Order: sequence, then C-alpha cells, then structure tokens
Amino acid sequence: MSAPLLIRNARLIDPSDGSDAVGDLLIKDGVIARRGSANGSVPDGTRVVDGTGMVVAPGFIDLHAHLREPGGEDKETIATGTAAGARGGFTTLCCMPNTTPTIDSATVVEFIARQAADAGSIRVLPFGAVSRGRSGVELTDMEELARAGAVGFTDDGNPVATGHLMQMALLYAGQLGLPVMDHCEDHSITRAHSTGSGQGLGVNEGWVASRLGLAGYPSAAEESIVARDIALLELAGGALHIAHLSTAGGIAHVRRAKERGLRVTAEATPHHLTMTEAWVLGAHGRGSPDEALGAASYETRAKVSPPLRAETDRQALVEALADGTVDAVATDHAPHTFADKAVPFDEATVGLSVLETALGSLMGLVHGGALDLPTLVQRLTAGPASVLGERYADLATLRKGTPADVVLFDPDESWVVDAASFASKGKNTPLDGETLVGRVKLTVAGGEIAFDGLAS
Amino acid sequence: MPTERLLMTGEDMRRVISRIAHEIVERNRGADGLVLVGLQRRGVPLAKWLASAIQAFEDVEVPVGALDTNLYRDDLTSRRQPMLRPTTLPVDVDDKVVVLVDDVLYTGRTARAALNALMDLGRPTQVQLAVMVDRGHRELPIRADYVGKNVPTAPDEQVRVRVDDFDSVDEVVLVVEREVPA
Amino acid sequence: MTTRAPVEAAPGTSVAPRRHVLDLDDFSASEIHVLLDSAEAMREVLGRSIKKVPSLRGKVVVTLFLEPSTRTRVSFEQAGKMLSADVINVGETGSSAEKGESLLNTALTLQAMRADLIVLRHPHSGAPYFLARHLTSTAVVNAGDGMHAHPTQALLDLMTMRRHLGSLEGAKVVIVGDVLHSRVARSNAFGLAASGASVVLCGPPTMMPLDLLRPGGTPSLPNVTLEPDLDAAIEDADVVMTLRLQAERQAAGMLPSLREYTRRWQVNEARMSRAKPGALLMHPGPMNEGVEIASSLAHGGSSQIEEQVTNGVALRMALLYQLLTGTEERP
Repeated sequence: MSAPLLIRNARLIDPSDGSDAVGDLLIKDGVIARRGSANGSVPDGTRVVDGTGMVVAPGFIDLHAHLREPGGEDKETIATGTAAGARGGFTTLCCMPNTTPTIDSATVVEFIARQAADAGSIRVLPFGAVSRGRSGVELTDMEELARAGAVGFTDDGNPVATGHLMQMALLYAGQLGLPVMDHCEDHSITRAHSTGSGQGLGVNEGWVASRLGLAGYPSAAEESIVARDIALLELAGGALHIAHLSTAGGIAHVRRAKERGLRVTAEATPHHLTMTEAWVLGAHGRGSPDEALGAASYETRAKVSPPLRAETDRQALVEALADGTVDAVATDHAPHTFADKAVPFDEATVGLSVLETALGSLMGLVHGGALDLPTLVQRLTAGPASVLGERYADLATLRKGTPADVVLFDPDESWVVDAASFASKGKNTPLDGETLVGRVKLTVAGGEIAFDGLAS
Repeated sequence: MPTERLLMTGEDMRRVISRIAHEIVERNRGADGLVLVGLQRRGVPLAKWLASAIQAFEDVEVPVGALDTNLYRDDLTSRRQPMLRPTTLPVDVDDKVVVLVDDVLYTGRTARAALNALMDLGRPTQVQLAVMVDRGHRELPIRADYVGKNVPTAPDEQVRVRVDDFDSVDEVVLVVEREVPA
Repeated sequence: MTTRAPVEAAPGTSVAPRRHVLDLDDFSASEIHVLLDSAEAMREVLGRSIKKVPSLRGKVVVTLFLEPSTRTRVSFEQAGKMLSADVINVGETGSSAEKGESLLNTALTLQAMRADLIVLRHPHSGAPYFLARHLTSTAVVNAGDGMHAHPTQALLDLMTMRRHLGSLEGAKVVIVGDVLHSRVARSNAFGLAASGASVVLCGPPTMMPLDLLRPGGTPSLPNVTLEPDLDAAIEDADVVMTLRLQAERQAAGMLPSLREYTRRWQVNEARMSRAKPGALLMHPGPMNEGVEIASSLAHGGSSQIEEQVTNGVALRMALLYQLLTGTEERP
C-alpha cells in the first residue's frame, strides 16, 4: 500500500456532483479520504503534491481499447497496454475481444484478469464477443462470460454480422443488464472494392481517397448499420452502444433515438474528434487539394476504421460530444507493429495508438473553445461509467470513501509527442512530432501510483 | 560580376569560315564525298555556314548533319543535366569524309564523344575536326584539323561563341568570372 | 511535401534534377516539354541499326513488377538496355515476395546491392511513394500503382499527342471508360492540365470517382469536366482515349452487362466521326477489341496504339537518362 497522498490547491472537477472548485484531495488506504478545504490533519509520511494550476479528476475510463493479449503480444500486452493507459490518465480500460483466441469463453476472461492483476497497474474490464469466434453465427455463452467478468459484448473489428444476430444479442444481453457494443460498418459496401490485401478500408470516401486512388469508405456504410441497430433496439430492447461514431449522419440517428427515449449510447474517439481525412495525405493534416503528393503521402499511421472523416463530420462529432449525444470518449487504442504499418496503404492494418495522446488531443478542443473542461472530464469518466452501468459509478467520482481512481493533469503544459518513448508497444500515431497542450502528471488507481510524471 | 572581352566580331568569324571552307576543299581535293556534321548545339549553324561558303566558290552542295554527343559523354554524373537534341544525318556516312564542326575545342571530351557517336552511325573513311576557337587545356590526345582562332585561356575563363540563330548576334567573347584589373 | 517543387525553366534550358517519378502532379509544363524533347532525340536511337548508346553504362536498373504486365516491363527493360544500363527483372514469382518478404525489405535489399533505380509496378496505390519514403539512395519510378497513377504511360500519351497536334495547348481530350479504377486517366488528367489541354471524362456513373460527381465537392482531379453521353463528349475532340474495361467489374455489380456498356460507351466509327477530322484514337492497352473499342477502329488510320508503344520506349529512355545522369550542378 502506497503512502498517503495529498494534492494541494488543484482544480477539483467531479462530474458525479457537478462540482468544480480549487481545493485539496487526500488519498489514503486506497480510497479518497478527504476533499476540499486545506484544513485537517495530514498523516505522517504523506506525500504532498502542489497542484496549483492543475486539474484533479476521477481517473479516465476507456470503453474501447485493444490490448491484443492473448495472441497479439507483438503489438501489445496487458502489461504494456495498462502502462500506456496509466500514462494517459486512464484508470480503467475495457479491452476488446478480437484476440486470439477470442474472448468468447470464461477461460479467456479469467486469463485477462490474471494478467491484469500481475501487471498491477490499472483496472482492465473485458468485453466478451457477441458471437463465438466473432464469426457472426452463434451467440457466445453470455451469462458465463458475465459471471467471469465481461462487462458487455461486441464483435468489434467486425459489425454484428446480421440483423437477426443483433436482435438476439440485444434480447439476451439485455436480460443480463449488459450493453451490446457495435462496430457499425456495412461490409457489403466496404468490401465491394476489395484490394486483395485482406485489410480493411481506412480512408474516407471523398477527395482524399480519390486523389490517392484508394477505395473510399463512405459514411453511408456506418449510418446504415447505426440505423439498423437502433431499429432492432426498438424491437428487442436491451442496451445498445455505438462504437467509434464518426459520421454526421450516424450522429443524427443516435440523437433522434435518444430523443425517443431509447437506451442507446455512443462513443467517439479522440482522433475522429480532432483529425480529418486530410491526415492521410501526410503533413499532419495540412495537405491541400492543390498540392502534389509526396513521399510522405499515404500516411498509414492515419489509417483507421472507421476512417478519419470530413471536417463537417468532425465538427458534428464535437457538437454531439458537447451536447451529450455522444456519451463518452473512447480511444479505440489499436497498437500495431512497425511492420504492420510499413507497407503500402492498402496492406496496412487499421488503427492508431491513442492512449498516451488522448488527453493532449482532446484538450485542443477545450483550448479552442469547442468544449468546456468539465464536459470533457464528464465524457472521460462519468459518461463511460454510465454505459457500463450503475455498479461502476464509484469509479467516476471524487466522493469521499470511493476507490481512489484519480488523475492529476496540467491543462496547459505543452509537449511534443515522441512515439518512440511510448509505454505502449504501438508507436503507430500520425501525431508523432506534433505539439499538444495538456499533459497527465499523475495517475492513481485504487490508491496506488500507476504513473508518476511529476518528476520529469 | 563576370566581364566579357570581345575576341572576334561577326566579320572576323565570316573571314574565318571562308578560310576554313577553302582549307577543307584544298585538303580533300574538292568537296565531293564530304559531309559536314555540326555538334549540337552551336556547331550546327557553323556547319551550315561552312556549307554555304563552300557552295559559293565550289558550286557543290555539301550535306550537313547534326550530332548530339550527350548520350556518349563520360562526365554526365558530375554535371548539370544537359538537354538532348536531335541527331540527324541527311546521308549515310559510310565511305564519306566527315568533318565534325564545333564552336570551341577545350578538353577534347566532346570531340571524343562525337567520334564514338559517329562510329555507331556508320563507317566514314576519314573524320576531321573543324572548330571556331581552340582554347587549349586538352585532356585527351585530340587536335583540330581546322582552327579559326587559337585563344590562350585560364581554366576559370570561358569562351562563348555566339551565332545569330540562337543568340541574335555573331561574335566570340572571353568571359572572365573574376575581377579584371582595369 | 513534394518530391521536388515544380521549377519553371525557360524552354530549351536544362532542368534541375529530380530524384523520383511518382506521378505527374509535380511536373511543370516546361519539365514535361523538356522530357518530351529528349524522348524525341531517343526516337532517333530507336531507329538505328545499332540500337545502343553508352550513356548509362554501369548503372543498375531493377524492374520490380509485383503485378502481371508484359508491355510496360519490356518497355522499361528495352529502354534501360538501349542506354547500356544493366537491367535486372524481378517478378512476382520466384522472388522473395512470393516467400512473404515485405516490399520494404525487398527494396532495402536492392538498395544495399547498389541498385540505382527501381521501376515499381504494384497492385496497391501509393506503393512507390512508400518506397520513396524509405529509400535513401535508390531512385523510384512508378510503373503503375493500384488505381492511382501511371506517369510514364501518361507521358508517352502526351508525347504521342504532341507529335500529332504540335501543341497540347487548348486541345480537347476525351477519356472514356472506367475512370474510377484507371491510373492512366488520373495521370493523364494531371499531365494534360499542366500542358494546357482540357479533359472530358465519360463513362458509367458507377465507374467515376464520387467526388467528381458530387456538385460542390473538392475535386481530386484538375481541369476536368464530366459528360456521361459519349456522343456529346466526343464532339470536336482532338483526342479520344478509351480505357480498358476489366471483365471483373461486371461481376462486382458495377455494370449491367457488357452489351449495355458497348452500346453506350464503345468508341466506334460513327462516334469517332463526331470528333475533329483527323482526331487521334488512343488506348493504353491491352485492348478488349469489340468492347471498349470497335475492332475495325483498333487497327484503323486514326489509331495511334502502335505508335504509343514505340513512343513508350523512347519516353522511358529519356526518363531513365534524366534520372540517372546529371545529379549535381556543374561547379
């Protein structure tokens, strides 16, 4: 057990009660022992941190991270993934079931829990697969998975293959009180222009795709599955969670469904909120239609599914995050090896390494005036907790007596992304070399220091 | 600032062309079987000029060709990319006397390249070389058969032969890059 | 970032050396002009009985073709050999690519073996850019990448057009067929735009880039207009270029039938008669005679298809010569 920790004079933002005030926070014996005034005794051996100018919030909860273990340890392990999460201010990561073997049995869920305990860093909550082997045919043993610790179900990487399977999943998971998360992609659209590479499409349908001679991934491929899932939610009940929403049209579907009182939630990634399709041209998103392509075009590190979209989609997504249509920021952290990305664009795997840049990227929205800081904190904490259900509410609060999952960050520190120094094995980010403003300084998970960046 | 010193006027050049035309005809005992081949680029108008001079006193129309030596150069990787220009030979050069015509003879490397190029195109009985200016500094055992003017030069100087076709003036100048004492 | 910013050089002067040829979007009008002039000089070499000059003696050119192609590979090989370069052909089969070696490792190996230039044909768009990004001393020429670009084909097309029209300034060029998947159409659009020609694209809407069909969208190609009706598109054209129709497009649901395609978009004599008298008919090959082009036309008087092939060798000679010589300013 770590020594007690007192953070002094920081801005304490707690979305669970809407409070936002400068004060102190004392962590002791794994829980939040005191919050607020500077008065009160300080236990012997307490580490005291000056939080002046910094923000204290509940630790961030990521609904969507690919930790790759088991089966993809070359890309990431639970140990490296949780270390990366801690550096990003996350105290809980929900890991995706597209592992080898798939998280479709209690054995794999238990294995993950054991690896996470051994890593001893932050919380890992696995999603189980909707279908056995994520093959889109038979439902998994959802009740057994839930008992072992699965917090929801998804075939992420793939959509829930058919409307029928989605209907069954919503009914069955709904009875267990767990959400079904869907990666909304109509394969009949996105796989029509097969490149023969075996990899998915990773560029928005639009001028960038045309300019580069790449098959584009249209917004309609997402929107149609979002609409399908919402119609099935209305039919079957349960709880639906839309993964990595990226299109203005998809947002409109979710907004209307929420207005009608349906139990749909949605997440958006830091990259879809802050970057556009222009990033695929290289040059950190600063390419224009009039410029010649160069050796840095075809930026495979910006290849992601769903793809980075048009600026109008990005703006709609930021608005949806601000107004609550999007409940949570989720990273879709997808680490890959150098070799996975050091290939022609069509052959490159999809996904970005996000955990360690998430806050810095998102603070750009706050500094730019598109979002206020308490709202951003809510979408990184209480928002995702609400998707997981009432029993996880204690992970998203600074209330006295709750588990000490806490992050301290400097909202104004400027730093340069250096992917080579990531704790994640995945160095695959187009943000490498970019300057971000806003940096995590300290992450405490269950009262233990998971990341300490104060010394540097 | 580079400075220029006039070496030959257009009138000087005309006299030289006339003299070389006579020398060529004298040495080859007439103009039959002669082909004048100008080296791209300024050798080509000079070769045409020679041909008309020969026709004026000999009443023979000597065929004139153009030869680009760039594909045969040995110094391409160490210098700025040259423009390729057409190679055209109006007649077969087999069993002919070919007079190569160029503006300036310097290291001899262009003449060497021209000889190689010509050999790929046929088998002349004899090849001769005519130049407007010989500025010395040879790097290969090559000499001209007909020389308009010998000009001693320093390596950092340049000799420019200007012809009306390309430069709107006929003249030869010496270009000096360094400061010249007044 | 571009491989090299376009430099406006006065006609007739030499141009600054470029390292790679990836597409025509970074070529200026004068660079194209200079290159085509060089290609004309190379045609003279092609006409000789001894078709060889020593300019690239000691240079190593590797053709790395990871997609089936005969004419483009042979054209590059012949061009290199006529310039006395050593040309090594690496193909799909029997190569390390077949054993699963990555493109990057293959290219780095070739670079370590001191290849001066790699000519790359690849089924995936952007592969030559990827090599250009990772190779430090070996030049890259794009011989066709996925559905992105085919700059040497476009240059030989420009050469063929310029030989017959004199100048491309103001010329109307109609490109007919599967524009969406055509690297030839894309590179031609850039080369023609730089040369002052106008381009009309014509073909089924299922085979057009969507951003070109969408009003107000950001166009991905310069200086092009769309005209789906071939009879209208071809009116007063100086050049008609018809693209190869891949049979698998129909299976992919992009075409009702070959019969319908032929009826609407085949270039035939009646349609050619609407173009300017003496208009050129071009095809990047290989042709599906009777599909995108009427058989009678493929071998008719206005067809430049065989000349395109000859010009292709001359053009590639000029390009190799340009890339592999004159790397530095004269002191």
